[in-house]
Amino acid sequence: MTTVTNDGAGAGPEAHIRAPRRATRFTGGRIASHAVMALMTVYFLLPFWWLLVAATKDNDGLFGSAPLWFADENNFFDNLSLLFSQENGVYLKWLGNSALYSVVSGVGATAIAALAGYAFAKLRFPGRNVLFAALLGLIMVPATALVLPTYLLMSEVGLTDTIWAVILPSLLNPFGVYLLRVYAHDSVPDAMLEAARIDGAGELRVFRSVALPAMRPALVTVLLFTMVATWNNFFLPLVMLSDNTLFPLTVGLRTWYMSATIGNGGPALFNVIVVGALVAIVPLIVAFLLLQRYWRGGLTIGALK
Amino acid sequence: MTDPDRSTTTTREEPPGPGDQDRAADTPQRRAGAARRRPRVGRQALAGWLFVTPFAVLLVVFLLLPMAYSFKISLYRSTLVEGEVFAYLDNYRQALGDPEFRRGVWRVIVFGLVQTPVMIGLAWLAALLIDEATSRFSRLFRLAAFVPYAVPVVIGTLMWGFLYSPNTGPLSALTDLNFLSGGTVLFSLGNIVTWQWAGYNMIVLYAALQGVPREIYESARIDGAGPVQIALRIKTPMISAAIVLVTIFTIIGTLQFFTEPLILQPLNPGAITNSYTPNVYAFHQAFSFQQYNYSAAISFLLGLVVFVGSYIFLFATRRRSALR
Repeated sequence: MTTVTNDGAGAGPEAHIRAPRRATRFTGGRIASHAVMALMTVYFLLPFWWLLVAATKDNDGLFGSAPLWFADENNFFDNLSLLFSQENGVYLKWLGNSALYSVVSGVGATAIAALAGYAFAKLRFPGRNVLFAALLGLIMVPATALVLPTYLLMSEVGLTDTIWAVILPSLLNPFGVYLLRVYAHDSVPDAMLEAARIDGAGELRVFRSVALPAMRPALVTVLLFTMVATWNNFFLPLVMLSDNTLFPLTVGLRTWYMSATIGNGGPALFNVIVVGALVAIVPLIVAFLLLQRYWRGGLTIGALK
Repeated sequence: MTDPDRSTTTTREEPPGPGDQDRAADTPQRRAGAARRRPRVGRQALAGWLFVTPFAVLLVVFLLLPMAYSFKISLYRSTLVEGEVFAYLDNYRQALGDPEFRRGVWRVIVFGLVQTPVMIGLAWLAALLIDEATSRFSRLFRLAAFVPYAVPVVIGTLMWGFLYSPNTGPLSALTDLNFLSGGTVLFSLGNIVTWQWAGYNMIVLYAALQGVPREIYESARIDGAGPVQIALRIKTPMISAAIVLVTIFTIIGTLQFFTEPLILQPLNPGAITNSYTPNVYAFHQAFSFQQYNYSAAISFLLGLVVFVGSYIFLFATRRRSALR
């Protein structure tokens, strides 16, 4: 975790010392490595450029004009209004559903994982090691292999086709527990826990006022990752939901794409799908750019222990 | 993976002692603290259990129960005349002998054998490059590579579907290839996965590189090692734990391959069949043909393969593994 923070400001002075020397010694290598990076950048950004351009075209322009450049007229705002009026504005509903599912699952999963991660790291209780070993094994159980059985169980209790069928399974985040356990182990000082206990604080109070503040960076990370995972989730809602007003964006866009591609008289047009895709990823890209530090922080906790 | 020796010895030697401070010295204060805390251990144990309970409940309800349930129904067969009939391992026998299922498994294995090294190789190269370069451009590159990860797989696949299409994308004009034919679609799918996850893996590897003490490079440089030698002989071995970790996650992901083929399926249903991957097959068995028992057997078999596979891989490389 400490390594993340020193990569911005901390690398500065060192870079100043090293850069001139390297520039003279490995000029050829520098050019080659930057050329490789430039190529890869084009590869990673090409689909986004295409999406941005395509979102300004009407359905004919999408098929008739050069794929990587703008058509003569700009239809972006027409496309937007078409997107939000399609099927009585169901897209807005999907947007709201995605937000609801990811916020509720994110907050819930993080709270549950924080309690468990802290307990595994700092509280002594019988069965702790066995349970934690089991948890590590269960991280390996593939999530998608559980989707169908979970659907069958949910339908036995009549919960399919409700928001709970998507939210409840998303609350389980074994990897989040693992990350928070690792983080709490190193960053929550035992002496402070001890001091709070001696002062007469109960375990819940100790957790709230000592452990939680110390764990904040990791909590933000787990929250972010769970929210994005739920926002991006597809298999679970695809299986659980059949009422299209409950769909998240991913499942909704797929139904439009299906009917447009197969062409079975569905109302969806490709330009609407393209704009829908753009609108769906904009919040994620913005959040990603704003919260970069936490993303990389989360990956570092996982990679460096 | 867990390192059982360590966890058992710590509990055996100091049952009510302080937390996991195996590295901390056993100072007098600490011992006094442990002694003072001894009467409170009961309360702490209770709190520990309470704190873990919500998670444990979820674990049971949404992980163990579905697993057990799916195993149970996978042992039954539903017939029109008799209803649910206990069928022993018939569904498994059927799956193992089912050419459609076997082709799907084989396809996923081939896919993984080709795509995993390509993607991890790309991520490894990119991580070494951004670790070495400190220009403004390398920061931009780091961002560009990671952005695809933030995109939902469904939307990433939709985008590439448009790009592959001869009508809406530039790729066919450039290469004169049909990216969605039976012979090429697996590579096209591989490209989508690579595009989406290479940057994520790169960041993990880069983070690991950041953790390597810089003095090592300095002394290697004094010994006459060039940047390429340092990258291959020092940096790569130092981050092998992270490489193992991302490889495991990739393998787990590959075996569960589902969203990308399902989204691209309407573009060429002849090439991407209903049994294209085991997960797609299980999905269609359940929801197109209502074969829940057979679908459960396939899911369970797949889960077992993923679990055993990743566990063996982890065990075989456990010294290098980062999951300790």
